[in-house]
Amino acid sequence: MSEKDIFARIREQITSDDVVLYMKGTPVFPQCGFSAGVVQVLSALGVKFTAFNVLEDMELRQALKEFSNWPTFPQLYVKGELVGGFDIVREMYETGELQQLLREKGIAFSEAA
Amino acid sequence: MPMAAAELERLIRAAFPDARIEIEDLAGDGDHYRVVVESEAFRGRSRIQQHRMVYEALGPHMGDTLHALALVTRVPENAPTDEAGR
Repeated sequence: MSEKDIFARIREQITSDDVVLYMKGTPVFPQCGFSAGVVQVLSALGVKFTAFNVLEDMELRQALKEFSNWPTFPQLYVKGELVGGFDIVREMYETGELQQLLREKGIAFSEAA
Repeated sequence: MPMAAAELERLIRAAFPDARIEIEDLAGDGDHYRVVVESEAFRGRSRIQQHRMVYEALGPHMGDTLHALALVTRVPENAPTDEAGR
């Protein structure tokens, strides 16, 4: 697959759902503490999301780093835009900025969280 | 392959000469660090831009020699700014 094709595939994936998470492992069985952390935050917020396991696709994993100009995983996308990795997601959750972002983007989550 | 904390600090210092840097070797294995970088260079930048700046300073080490880096970036709170004295 050429670079252009895989970038097109990534663009399709990140807009396939309002909230998309590229992670190591799966939401049920994360294979990295940082990935598990983002899943935990999203679950606490009751946000519906689509996850892709980058450990299953080395080509996707490499291409994503270039596409996003972000060297690590997890990578959380909201409405097709990179929000960040676990450190940023956790900080935004704790300060309420993540909830604010979801509200602004019209994405349903549990306000009680 | 692990990386020494001193080397990590050197790379960050080279990119952010003014920075206050805290490095914690979480697992004691030179592979899982928590790093706090406080620098004026971050002022006015979004979190994602701030983290990208640090990742750029670490270059190819990130996600390779450095497996896990918990990163916190901050702007100094009491530092002089353009608006000081107004």
